Amino acid sequence: MDTTHTDLSSDRLSNLRRLEAESIHIIREVAAEFRNPVMLYSIGKDSSVMLHLAMKAFYPSKPPFPLMHVDTTWKFRDMIKFRDETVERLGLDLIVHSNPEGLEKGINPFDHGSSVHTHIMKTEALKQALTKYGFDAAFGGARRDEEKSRAKERVFSFRNTNHGWDPKNQRPELWNLYNGRVSKGESIRAFPLSNWTELDIWQYILTENIPMVPLYFAAPRPVVERDGMLIMVDDDRMTILPGETVEEKLVRFRTLGCYPLTGAIESDADTLPKIVREMLIARTSERSGRLIDHDDSASMEKKKREGYF
Amino acid sequence: MSDTETITASAETVTDYILAQEEKDQLRFLTCGSVDDGKSTLIGRLLFDTKLIFEDQLAALEKDSRRHGTVGEEMDLALLVDGLEAEREQGITIDVAYRFFATDKRKFIVADTPGHEQYTRNMATGASTADLAVLLVDARHGLMVQTRRHAYIASLLGIRHVVLAINKIDLVDFSQERFEEIRQEFAAFATGFDFETLEAIPMSARYGDNVTIRSEKMDWFEGPTLLEHLETVQIGIHELNQPFRFPVQWVNRPNLDFRGYSGTIAAGTVSIGDELVVAASGKTSKVQEIVTPVGNQPSAAAGEAVTITLEDEIDISRGDLLATSGSRPDVADQMAAHLIWMNDAPLFPGRSYLMKIGTKTVTATVTEIKHKINVNTFEQVAGKQIDLNEIAFCNLSLSAPVAFDPYEANRTTGSFILIDRLTNATVGAGMVWFALRRATNIHWQAMHVDKQARATNLGQRPAVLWFTGLSGSGKSTIASIVERKLHLEGRHTYTLDGDNVRHGLNRDLGFADVDRVENIRRVGEVSKLFVDAGLITLVSFISPFRAERDLAREMVGSDEFIEIFVDTPIEECKKRDPKGLYAKAEAGEIKNFTGIDSPYEAPVNPELRLSNVGRDPEEVAEEVIEYLRANNYLVPPASIADGAGI
Repeated sequence: MDTTHTDLSSDRLSNLRRLEAESIHIIREVAAEFRNPVMLYSIGKDSSVMLHLAMKAFYPSKPPFPLMHVDTTWKFRDMIKFRDETVERLGLDLIVHSNPEGLEKGINPFDHGSSVHTHIMKTEALKQALTKYGFDAAFGGARRDEEKSRAKERVFSFRNTNHGWDPKNQRPELWNLYNGRVSKGESIRAFPLSNWTELDIWQYILTENIPMVPLYFAAPRPVVERDGMLIMVDDDRMTILPGETVEEKLVRFRTLGCYPLTGAIESDADTLPKIVREMLIARTSERSGRLIDHDDSASMEKKKREGYF
Repeated sequence: MSDTETITASAETVTDYILAQEEKDQLRFLTCGSVDDGKSTLIGRLLFDTKLIFEDQLAALEKDSRRHGTVGEEMDLALLVDGLEAEREQGITIDVAYRFFATDKRKFIVADTPGHEQYTRNMATGASTADLAVLLVDARHGLMVQTRRHAYIASLLGIRHVVLAINKIDLVDFSQERFEEIRQEFAAFATGFDFETLEAIPMSARYGDNVTIRSEKMDWFEGPTLLEHLETVQIGIHELNQPFRFPVQWVNRPNLDFRGYSGTIAAGTVSIGDELVVAASGKTSKVQEIVTPVGNQPSAAAGEAVTITLEDEIDISRGDLLATSGSRPDVADQMAAHLIWMNDAPLFPGRSYLMKIGTKTVTATVTEIKHKINVNTFEQVAGKQIDLNEIAFCNLSLSAPVAFDPYEANRTTGSFILIDRLTNATVGAGMVWFALRRATNIHWQAMHVDKQARATNLGQRPAVLWFTGLSGSGKSTIASIVERKLHLEGRHTYTLDGDNVRHGLNRDLGFADVDRVENIRRVGEVSKLFVDAGLITLVSFISPFRAERDLAREMVGSDEFIEIFVDTPIEECKKRDPKGLYAKAEAGEIKNFTGIDSPYEAPVNPELRLSNVGRDPEEVAEEVIEYLRANNYLVPPASIADGAGI
């Protein structure tokens, strides 16, 4: 016994174990301090890691909060399939919300553009759902290394009664003492993966063997080239424009969102190690695959002030 | 696709590489320096160079041919740094931003805290989670006032490893003499700070000398480059060697057969069979299991997030601290601590705040500011309040005993934040210095005759009628009539009047905010004693701050506290001006006059709101009596004896 102690005291936790412990601590704090928390589940790799951590945090209990997916109705079909299988496998509660007014007006990324579509079907839908169910805390899988405005966001990120973020008036956050106090109608977005990098995420997926949506792996898929991006023809709602041809190419996705807004990359990486290898040598940053961040009129910071995750 | 072709490492090799990285360590550090010291350039340099190195290492798995240095380095580096600058120009405040880079050996998390104005607050925030601090010094200017301040804050926040980055060494011709001069001056200055490691490194962040690549222009320097040092400095066995501490976050109860305690181990190690104590209650039990989804562990150590089960069913809930029974933490409701104030509104002694310490939240007040610390000169200065970015050494009193360790011994169980009770903002950060023993030695004297017994004898239900409102609103007039009416009914009463109390009990207090807070705190305590004595106590005080009225409510107990807002508009009060005070205040003869140059925070949900403009005070007072009757405060003496209505 004594030798075990000596061995332990010369050991520090590895980077991944330290990140894991920190995330679990954050997830438990939210569960313990909030009346009605929810975990936003977007089906992607970060969400998958966050969910895996939540399962660990409360074991042998189930996470004491539901999952929620804000469905724009334009997600890849494989994502929805994976979502339903995951929830089934883990035995969790899932809330799916789509903006009913947006659906009625037939808002879609092709006719209305990425900016309008994202605002109505994602940002507005999220706010609707949070208000509808009265959630006072919502977990998101965002990381600080993703984008500049994320780098300064708190782990417990305060939102006013309109779900807005005020980057100039954030609560100081020290040690592991997170301030979860909110008044009625206000809420906290909690980011357990704040200190993870993309490489950490992939390393963790590899070492923990976490299931992933098949879209991350290279396969022959029908795509057209549009605005310099390879867009997958995921269903017949996509109109092929004059001059465009549908080609079958060996592609995969580095990030997942609405299929008309998410560019594929040509790749033959069909296993996790191959994906990580490809990621390690890629020079373009992760979000460059998403049309949404290229919209000048809608920077991430602006979107976040409006209530985007 | 030429990049991909350069690297031909097979997937299997990559898997091995990744799995080997699983044991990679993590280091959190912060960089301190003024804008001109080259802090952004240094961070940009680290981010840029390590990315190249990382790619090289991967390439080197099979190919040894690739070399960095072919890129236009200065241009790329500038781009990285410009990202930060651009944000500043747009007026976007970056108070604390976190940046990430990694090498083969470690992953690094950098807390970047630019800006002069909020420096103390931001640096303290960044330092609270950092293992190491890089203090930048411009080789041309040497140690500055800021350098001393940065070293002090780093030390106060418990950082034990420091790098003195003597930057812009190219601008002093890579002079060894200059380097030595600065190094020695700092070493002499830092002896009092108890740093475990202190490494001085001459460098040029702009040209990369000694940042990640050894400089060819400083043959005389035999120490490591910054990156070599960051990769190898030994950190963090401190918490592991401390006695076991485990703040309970969440009670894990999936079914009746399982009861576990989930939390993150704050210090030490724990093994199955170890005897643990619940610090606050003193109850003990032994560790039965350390549960994880992939099987039970024989032991666990500081930093791990685990779930522990015990052999016995003892009462444990969130906020409890489990500790090794051989070495217990302090349990006290009084402590001395360093406090960093982070809010625009100052801290006043006597005002109550929420304190989150570990996983427990209690209310806390600063009972005494022992001294404030001038962060530039380290002089101790006296103060009645603590302003934004000030650091003070204080005594605090808590609403309940909590378990903690001195911050010096444990950064997790010795730290706390203070939260404003109205705005919910995080307003202060504290580091426990020691428990005040007074708490354990002064015990409540248990009385044979208690509040209930006294009330029964008097045949009434005690309460506080707290009249608040502007000067001249009519508080005292109404309170006086109410007391007369109660007296006629045979009730036992007493009135505490603002002006009268200031002649005696509170004659040492002025009218600044800090004095007003103390004024109300004392009156709250006195009302509590009078209620304890069984009296219906009428308090007639302007009591302008919500926080203190709430504090009084808490001291007395909510069901015995009736807040009565005498809601007379200021125009009407000025018109009445019975003591001629508004006229004087408007002429500037009286300072800090409520409603003129000092705020009045109206009650949000008073039990009773009285509007008395154009009404007979007798009629208004009757409204109060009716309220008391309707809410069972004036029950007949007979039913009191039976205990009804209490």
